[in-house]
Amino acid sequence: MLAQSAAKIFQTAVVLFIVSVASFSLLKLAPGDPVMLMLGSEFSQESYDSLQRELGLDRPFLVQYLAWLGNFMIGDWGTSFVSRADIFNFVVIEALPVTLTLTFCSIVLAIVVGIPLGVISAIRKDTIWDTVIAVFALTGSAFPSFFLGIVLIWFLAVQFGIFPVMGFVAPWQDFWLGMYHMALPALTLSTYFIGMIVRVTRSSLIDVMDQPFIAAAKARGEPRWRVVWVHGVRNIAMPVVTMIGLQLGGILQGAVLTETVFSLPGIGQMLTDAVLGREYTLVQAGVMLTATLFIVINLLVDLSYPLLDPRLRPR
Amino acid sequence: MAINGTTTPIAAARLRRSGMTRKSMFLRRPFFTMALAITFGFALCAIFAPQLAPFDPVAQSIEAMMAPPDSVHLLGTDSYGQDILSRIIHGTRYALLIGLCSVALGAIGGLVLGVAAGLASGKTEWILLRVIDSILALPSLILAVAFIAILGQGVDKVIIAVALSLIGPFARTVRSDVLQVKVQLFVEAAGLMSIPRFTVIRRHILPNVLFPLLVQVTIRISEAILVSSSLSFLGIGVTPPTPDWGLMIAEGRSFVSFAAWMSGMPGLALALLLIALSIVGDAMREEFDPKLRTGR
Repeated sequence: MLAQSAAKIFQTAVVLFIVSVASFSLLKLAPGDPVMLMLGSEFSQESYDSLQRELGLDRPFLVQYLAWLGNFMIGDWGTSFVSRADIFNFVVIEALPVTLTLTFCSIVLAIVVGIPLGVISAIRKDTIWDTVIAVFALTGSAFPSFFLGIVLIWFLAVQFGIFPVMGFVAPWQDFWLGMYHMALPALTLSTYFIGMIVRVTRSSLIDVMDQPFIAAAKARGEPRWRVVWVHGVRNIAMPVVTMIGLQLGGILQGAVLTETVFSLPGIGQMLTDAVLGREYTLVQAGVMLTATLFIVINLLVDLSYPLLDPRLRPR
Repeated sequence: MAINGTTTPIAAARLRRSGMTRKSMFLRRPFFTMALAITFGFALCAIFAPQLAPFDPVAQSIEAMMAPPDSVHLLGTDSYGQDILSRIIHGTRYALLIGLCSVALGAIGGLVLGVAAGLASGKTEWILLRVIDSILALPSLILAVAFIAILGQGVDKVIIAVALSLIGPFARTVRSDVLQVKVQLFVEAAGLMSIPRFTVIRRHILPNVLFPLLVQVTIRISEAILVSSSLSFLGIGVTPPTPDWGLMIAEGRSFVSFAAWMSGMPGLALALLLIALSIVGDAMREEFDPKLRTGR
């Protein structure tokens, strides 16, 4: 058990290493010379050389990589070439919480809506309910999220004025106002996820309901809601958590688009602006951060199985 | 089992008992047939775009700016006075072209990497697996954004960026199929007959992984179209005035309060195509994936 976890953690470290080399190479492969970009149009050879030395760009690739990795670990991510702002502050302190809030709210919303729908379609298998929910789930997961966002803005914000069109209020400053502003983005992002959760819940609950312990619970005369919601739903936690871990990439990529639609100042906005402004250090920081998030959360999902399923715990 | 095209009674009985009938897939799955018809409709639109479109998709007109849908401009015009219906019809070309090309390129890349990872052993296999893991660690859109940052914008660049971002998922499925094939007796027999390794791969392994890969390709086309139109929507994919759906939706975004048709019409086209493609993909997976065949 411990050896297994250690092997898993080692594999994760290697994957992180490969991602870091790749995203460092991104910076080197990118067209344009950062020194020229910083100096502007008119400069002398001396100022070019001194700035190049100052940035360490005259050193060999491996040395540059190790220096970069060291700095990255301690949170020194450099300064933006254009705005000269500190990237760590900009990305981690300002943008990341916005993206995480959006992601977290959508996952909660998707679980709250998706699991009951999946349970209904599993216990009412092959009825009209099942078909309606299946159509809803498929439409939800295939519908392009950025267009759904625009439709929701048009319908709920412009036509009926129920929700604000855009803007972000941090929920740790004003919780209810923050949630009010987060409602439409979270709804947009969670639609894709709801479809996935409904499908996983349905198929795994159908399997679980065939198990002997369900028959035993029914035979003991337990009420139907207890059989389904206590004995059944408890056993679908594993597949649902696995799916959330695997689909986290999908939800992060949806977050990028949703942020753009609703003008939320998160990682997505930052990445797009960085690509348009040719700020490769920012792109690199965004890529590293997304990959690290995804990898670490999947590691946590793997390590959480024994907590969710007592059968996997070491005796 | 079948002699001169007729099914013997025993085989027919066996088919009936196992629930497998000779009834065609199109009759058993009405949603699939509908979705397939819609997909073919889009394909026809793409092929005959110049004949079908009533206007030039990039012709601008000051008189007809932001006109709501009427009898001349069936779906209205945008902020440059360009006819939205014509732009949608021409946009089908870009959506399908980018989707098909990038999936084809990504599948080839995934095939090479997946076969290599499946046949390798020991340290090489471990390293190749970690490489695939690293590609999979980034969502395809973020990966495509990173490649766009290096490559720049444009239709060809988008195709390459999306293709590169799809290599990971393809490689993973190809590898698992290779693992199943390489332990089969005929592969072992070929190895024992000292047939060169490359010939074994070409004659025995590739034909057995190509079909599942083709099914994967059908499923991934919608993802490729979604990612490419997302790039255009973010403003870092195809450049204006190309009639690309993602771009049209982005252009209409600021006018949504009084000219909702500007992003609504291309958005509906994109949603319809994606939903149709995902129904087709799901049906293909359920029909041809052996793991799911007995599932429902």
